[in-house]
Amino acid sequence: MNLAFYIHIPYCIKRCGYCDFNTYTPGELQITTGLNDISNSYIDLLIKEIQFARAEVGENVTVPSIFFGGGTPSLMQASDIGRVISTIKNGFNLSAEAEITMECNPDTVSKESLTQFKEVGVNRLSFGMQSAVKHVLETLDRTHNPDNLLQATNWADQIGFKEISVDLIYGTPGESISDWQTSIDSALSLPITHISAYALIVEEGTKLAAQIKRGQVNPVDDDLAAEKYLIADQAFTSAGFDWYELSNWAKPNSASKHNLAYWLGDNWWGAGPGAHSHLNGRRFWNVKHPNLYKEKIESNQSPIAGSESLEELQRESERLMLSLRLPTGVAKKTLNEQQLLELSEYVESGHLDQSNWNEGRATLTVDGRLIADRILRKILL
Amino acid sequence: MPAISIAKAPQPAATNPEQIRNFCIIAHIDHGKSTLADRMLGITGVVEDRNMRAQYLDRMDIERERGITIKSQAVRLPWRSGIDGKDYILNMIDTPGHVDFTYEVSRSLAACEGAILLVDCAQGIEAQTLANLYLAMENNLTIIPVLNKIDLPAARPDKFAIELANLIGCKPEDCLRVSGKTGEGVVELLDQVVKQLPPPIGDAKAPTRALIFDSVYDSYRGVVTYVRVMDGHLSPRDQIQMYSTGVRHEMLEVGVISPEPVASNGLGVGEVGYLITGVKDVRQSRVGDTVTTYDNPAKVALAGYKNPKPMVFSGLFPLDGAEYPMLREALDKLQLNDAALVFEPESSAALGFGFRCGFLGLLHMEIVRERLEREAGLTLISTAPSVVYNLTLEDGKQLVVTNPSEYPDGKISEVQEPIVKATILAPSEFIGTIMELCQQRRGVQKGMDYLSEDRIEIRYTLPLAEIVFDFFDQLKSRTRGYASLDYEPIGEEPGDLVKVDILLQGEKVDAFSQIVHRDKAYSYGVKMTEKLKELIPRQQFEVPIQAAIGAKIIARENIRAIRKDVLAKCYGGDITRKRKLLEKQKEGKKRMKMVGRVEVPQEAFIAALTTDSDKVSEKKK
Repeated sequence: MNLAFYIHIPYCIKRCGYCDFNTYTPGELQITTGLNDISNSYIDLLIKEIQFARAEVGENVTVPSIFFGGGTPSLMQASDIGRVISTIKNGFNLSAEAEITMECNPDTVSKESLTQFKEVGVNRLSFGMQSAVKHVLETLDRTHNPDNLLQATNWADQIGFKEISVDLIYGTPGESISDWQTSIDSALSLPITHISAYALIVEEGTKLAAQIKRGQVNPVDDDLAAEKYLIADQAFTSAGFDWYELSNWAKPNSASKHNLAYWLGDNWWGAGPGAHSHLNGRRFWNVKHPNLYKEKIESNQSPIAGSESLEELQRESERLMLSLRLPTGVAKKTLNEQQLLELSEYVESGHLDQSNWNEGRATLTVDGRLIADRILRKILL
Repeated sequence: MPAISIAKAPQPAATNPEQIRNFCIIAHIDHGKSTLADRMLGITGVVEDRNMRAQYLDRMDIERERGITIKSQAVRLPWRSGIDGKDYILNMIDTPGHVDFTYEVSRSLAACEGAILLVDCAQGIEAQTLANLYLAMENNLTIIPVLNKIDLPAARPDKFAIELANLIGCKPEDCLRVSGKTGEGVVELLDQVVKQLPPPIGDAKAPTRALIFDSVYDSYRGVVTYVRVMDGHLSPRDQIQMYSTGVRHEMLEVGVISPEPVASNGLGVGEVGYLITGVKDVRQSRVGDTVTTYDNPAKVALAGYKNPKPMVFSGLFPLDGAEYPMLREALDKLQLNDAALVFEPESSAALGFGFRCGFLGLLHMEIVRERLEREAGLTLISTAPSVVYNLTLEDGKQLVVTNPSEYPDGKISEVQEPIVKATILAPSEFIGTIMELCQQRRGVQKGMDYLSEDRIEIRYTLPLAEIVFDFFDQLKSRTRGYASLDYEPIGEEPGDLVKVDILLQGEKVDAFSQIVHRDKAYSYGVKMTEKLKELIPRQQFEVPIQAAIGAKIIARENIRAIRKDVLAKCYGGDITRKRKLLEKQKEGKKRMKMVGRVEVPQEAFIAALTTDSDKVSEKKK
């Protein structure tokens, strides 16, 4: 059995205005002992959970990928990241070609720290770039200087990281088409092999949502966001990045294995507060707050807060939901008559690819990608 | 103590008409009729205090919730007069209080010799009360003016005593003052009912004639028919016959309400009670009909019977097409208790299978719809209410149209539309705005009177179609809720009318068609297309919305195609959340109606009824 690992690092120096991820500032947690201490003691908890996972899944489990996400994983000490990797290596068969990714904030890394991360086994970096335009970063409430990104990726390149990715966000209020073009051009000038571009989602309860509600920031314009998606797809594709998932583009052979594991319905274990796992049709998730997580782990209790065993229909719905996002789409022979009828309308309207359809697969065209959820709703069971 | 025990009181079928007084209470919703009636039940000892529940006589839940009386009942109250010390029987006949039920009111009035005109002395008389008062006066009823709610701090009994005195031609000091809430003045009122009202007069030896003033379906007993005996008598052994149908029925039970039904040895001249024959459908026991005996039938029916005629039509469609058989069943069941409800199957290209239903008016329509939804658990879409149009085509053929989608395009030489006489009562400061509204709605002013120095009565004739179109909401909002309205049909007049169709993606949507006056067709088309643009969500293709008269497009809007409908990220692998979100969205889509390829939300159909349903509910409160 394969089991990917997602390792959640729920700490940030500062919370960005648009972010509703499960992350906390030291201030929010009333931690005064400094980041090193957090790193050590938090990683201890993760290691215990990974051992717990080992007990759950048993022998002969291969780990094809590890992903350190957050939060800000680059706040952790390299030695602590190394301890996590070793724990996995000791308990499981960590594949020789395993993809080990770490998300980085360009402000919190140095050439030295990146070197250390590489030494402990990290072989792929994902930088939170979001935008290259100052006022857009300000609206997003990001602290980093856009110039830092060039430096950080150059260091990574020089140190010998083969796989470097950046995350972009489009559709931020106030971002013009030319602002977006600037960010695209800037990203493409970096020594990278992978780009994720996500449309901004204004989540309830965030600072940004409140600013929009109060009229201080304009609401997101979905039509403009659609336009930007098309521009990005065009630019990335011409620069040699192929789209391999709705929001992801990569140079040949640089698609993220970990990312694909989600979309292919593979098994993965999410360690850390609020992390989600999937094991053979059962989904479960951990308690959300780091303090509660700590309590559970330290008292040798399971940190799992809830779970869901997928019934056959739900599994099928998820299969459709996940695979439609990929270029391979859904095989027509796995669909029923009603679903085929619904989908044929989208072939006609140009949202599904005609030639792939003729060859037996329902795959999204670039216009179709923009309304993927609408198409999905038609065929969900 | 003027109450007498029921056992010692004069008994049914053995009460001298001289000892009987039959009365009803004419009042506006909210003016405290039910509270006063409850108080009378308590004071006469018919209901013991501990059994009292608020508004004892209003039976249906909807009635109690809304504080309105839809169906009338009659209660027999024994009373020892405080004036002459003799024993009497008072029959209180409860009357419905809304414009839609004028005919039922008129039959209730016909069963009485007198009426209590009950007016909230913090608010003054309202239009519907006035209309019913005029009806009572036409029926030569003795009117006892009563000012209610004298306990309220805002009560102005002196002012409204003058208003009432002007209306009925009495002296202000003749108006009794009561509080249904505290009971103050209610004993005196009952004594005055005995004193002022004449006893019923009838021929006990003549063939039996009893007036049906109400009939109610009861799931255990079948139809319970409420009657007032005019001549002769009814006994439990009689075989009876309905005059209008000639159908013979076995009498299963005859009795009086006090306030629960009690079987009796019969009913004599002037008495009021109920009878049960085993009939299962109120249409076989119609309000206004004459009950006579089979063995010795009356030669002449009581005057005033007519079949209720639906004035407003609307299509009712189940949101879920599979619920059509349930809707039919629910309508069948409702009709057992509602002789005025008519319906026939209708099929709409947009809404599928449903029923074209005819109602007495807007309130009746709302009540039926609400009962269908509440009692049968259905979710319904109703189309905009329409009145009845009588068309003469160019080839001379006649056509009756109750459904705008059946209105022919062209080739019409004349259209007759129903006209009503409307009476509006309001504070005089609103004269200008009321007149403006009535002008806009093609009204013709027929007169205006001051009821008191600052209150007016304005009379207009208006096309019923204009009233059906959110007239009441407009009136209420223009007068800050102070105006009241009553109307009654007075016939038909030719109108310059056209049908405006609404097209989605070039396809006519029958459920949105509407018949409007030619001068207003353009603004109606603009308004509807704008409204629909707001209400119909963007689809994956462009949707033009057009308004057209025949082939001529008069207004157009465009719903642009949706460009983005996708969630970019699954945070932390939270696929459960995403799947649930999609499932929830899909559930939401199910509540949309597919019109061709366009998903149309329910609200769009409600918007087409310019009177939106929330506002309709408000007016009844």
